[in-house]
Amino acid sequence: MIVRRALLAVAAIVVLAVIAPLLPAYPLTLLTQALIVGILAMSLDVLLGYTGLTSLGHAAYFGVGAYAVAIMTTEKQAGLIPCLVIGVLLAAATAAVFGLLAIRATGTYFLMITLALGMVIWGLAFRWVSLTKGDNGIAGVPRPSLGPLELSGPLPFFYFCLVAAAVAWALMGLLVMSPFGLGLRGIRGSESRMLALGYNVWLHKYAAFVISGVFAGFGGTLWAYYNGFVSPNDVQLVTSVETLLMVALGGSGTLIGPAIGAGLIVFLKNFASVYTKRWLLILGAVYIGVILYAPSGIVGALRGRRR
Amino acid sequence: MRAPVETAHAALRLEAVCRSFGGLQAVDAVTLAVRPGERRALIGPNGAGKTTLFNLISGALPLTTGRISLFGHDVTSAPAHRRAALGLSRTFQITNLFPDLTVLENCLLAVQAHTRARFAMLRPVSHYATLLDRARVTLASLALENLGDAVVRNLSHGEQRQLEIALALAGRPRVLLLDEPTAGLSPAESRLMAGLLRGLDPAITVLMIEHDMDIALELSEMVTVLHYGRVIADGPREQVKADPQVKEIYLGA
Amino acid sequence: MSTEFWIAQSFNGISYGALLFLLASGLSLIFGVMRIVNLAHGSYFMLGGYVGLTVALRTHSFTLACLAGAVAIGLVGIGMERLFLRRLRSEVLGQVLLTIGFALIFQDLALLIWGGDPYTVPIPAVLTGTVRLGGAVFPIYRIFIVVVAIVVGLGMWLALDRTRAGAMIRAAVDDAEMAQGVGINVPRVSLIVFALGAALAALGGVIGGGFLGVYPGADFEVLPYAFVVVIVGGLGSLPGAVAGSLLVGLLDNFGKALFPELSYFTLFAPMAVILALRPTGLFGRS
Repeated sequence: MIVRRALLAVAAIVVLAVIAPLLPAYPLTLLTQALIVGILAMSLDVLLGYTGLTSLGHAAYFGVGAYAVAIMTTEKQAGLIPCLVIGVLLAAATAAVFGLLAIRATGTYFLMITLALGMVIWGLAFRWVSLTKGDNGIAGVPRPSLGPLELSGPLPFFYFCLVAAAVAWALMGLLVMSPFGLGLRGIRGSESRMLALGYNVWLHKYAAFVISGVFAGFGGTLWAYYNGFVSPNDVQLVTSVETLLMVALGGSGTLIGPAIGAGLIVFLKNFASVYTKRWLLILGAVYIGVILYAPSGIVGALRGRRR
Repeated sequence: MRAPVETAHAALRLEAVCRSFGGLQAVDAVTLAVRPGERRALIGPNGAGKTTLFNLISGALPLTTGRISLFGHDVTSAPAHRRAALGLSRTFQITNLFPDLTVLENCLLAVQAHTRARFAMLRPVSHYATLLDRARVTLASLALENLGDAVVRNLSHGEQRQLEIALALAGRPRVLLLDEPTAGLSPAESRLMAGLLRGLDPAITVLMIEHDMDIALELSEMVTVLHYGRVIADGPREQVKADPQVKEIYLGA
Repeated sequence: MSTEFWIAQSFNGISYGALLFLLASGLSLIFGVMRIVNLAHGSYFMLGGYVGLTVALRTHSFTLACLAGAVAIGLVGIGMERLFLRRLRSEVLGQVLLTIGFALIFQDLALLIWGGDPYTVPIPAVLTGTVRLGGAVFPIYRIFIVVVAIVVGLGMWLALDRTRAGAMIRAAVDDAEMAQGVGINVPRVSLIVFALGAALAALGGVIGGGFLGVYPGADFEVLPYAFVVVIVGGLGSLPGAVAGSLLVGLLDNFGKALFPELSYFTLFAPMAVILALRPTGLFGRS
């Protein structure tokens, strides 16, 4: 079963790699965006789908990664590797601090604390003008190069993101199947039983929180390169909630599902905004429709409802 | 891997343990010593504070006052997972399993809890042969070996009660708290459960809450009677059975 | 910094806190009774402002504008609770997604109906101008907001403390299951609380529209403030909503005046710390 799913995903990656050169520029750009946002959605799934923690501030770690890259490239002309390393480390540090504040709480309280912590980052992005340029955002982030490899063209950058997303998927896939990941699923099932069995539940949740922040930050670093522009919009509440929608739409607790959900939302948003001014209306209807008619998500429904 | 039994210490010792909820004294100055390897039944009418006492011993609830020690280690304020690491294990009166996981995964969670593998992140759990073997052996000891791939929410109630015990045993406990192992079982299933419990390793210290008096007395040579949070009788089963106060308030004679 | 600065900023903070109280007290009760995370609460504020604007322009009556905004949005709240939220009891993720979906739809509908330009709700002449007290100058409209908040707060307190309906609401906040068990119609109580909360937020929107203006995006601008108030004060606690509103109003004002670069940080960071120390808020019970 697991082998079959992994093969399916590998096949999907190969298909994407093969068809990419044949695609016109716009769909290729959207596909790149879907891969990056997919990393963010998968990272949230580690918390939401596997550990049972509903985070309402996940854009914060994504944003920290993105701002780190934007500031380092525009102010210091830093290269790809230092940007990735520092962006991910800063996101991890943010998650490590926020986790200390948030993990003690459960249920609705956890949700609200993560919302508030997310707002802290948004507030800094919006107001710490000397560092972040505030509402104007930071423009002019150049596409990276990796040694002799120039990644600035749409196709090379797509392949770069495809490799990055595949690696992130593989690592998170191993994580959720590992003994540690089994522990996370146990916490989602019954915290009191996990305590009785001898697990330090707090530590498990905290580790999951930080790891999830690391991958979200990784997605954020790629986002800065992709978009060339980082603004408070990338860390606002609506972005965090949109990530939740992607996870729910694709199927929480399936890992690949949230990535698919991310792709669908990216395409929907962009196409809908081309054809109609009323795309917010459509997006709002999608939120309501998913909750009322597809609570286990696309992949969840395909695999049969186990919940 | 079992540590040598320290004969100088009781396996489990409670000294004047109290717990109140608001104005209600749910557990009132309970003092109790359980020898290593002892089988003891904890009986008493509904609301006597038996499950609350289990929650205090296992660390699910903090004490109001008093002291608890395991093999001579003071665990009064230790978190639940520290107590589990010292060899304490429990089952729940209301089945408390991982309903979305398979039987084998449930058991693996219990097996890996005390191993370093619980923090391993980069290899699928299915690659850990020793953990899998231990989980399968535990399942077999409770007649669940054919249900490994079944999702727990689809099991019958009787099978879920057996898995309750399996999870508690998989971590190789030295002290086992059983909270009404036969709750909700048919008479036939109860006999099956009693047989499984009789086959437990005699080195394990067992404290058992059980409403089925025949099973409780059959499996335990020692009995403690709790009433309104207080110990009203404590000793060998024949002595407790003959106690007039116990007869009056509990056995209904 | 002069004494005038401190007095003026404190008063600004208090009057902003008063507006936040209108917005957040209903949200807090909704939280307390139903444990619903309502991300559309900011939309009630904005829609109330728009409805009030239209009515004020047509009728030239500020009182009618306030009433119309509150009633119209109260009905919207009733519809949302009855038709949708009731199905999602205790499904936190579902509530979040559903209410944000409504928030997006409301945002787009408002844009469709009222366009993208900012407006100010016209206020009666008697509420314009300022009064001087000692050396300090106070805008009358801000005094008016504080008075409205005090009246609403006292009214809520009396209703909760002295009436049968209030006792039912308090019982439902304490323990909804228990309340249901002793024969309180919890779904009915929930509906009333939800409608009241929506109406109060809309009232805040009309009154706030008189000095902050009504504009697209106001919904998501005030939403975090309302959440902070509720979180800091504690779910379902009226004293908590008062304390939270004042604290947030003052922190926000002084933060913006003293540390403009860190102003949101000075608002949200203390809240995060309060929560870490008291996860149920200042006045909340677990």
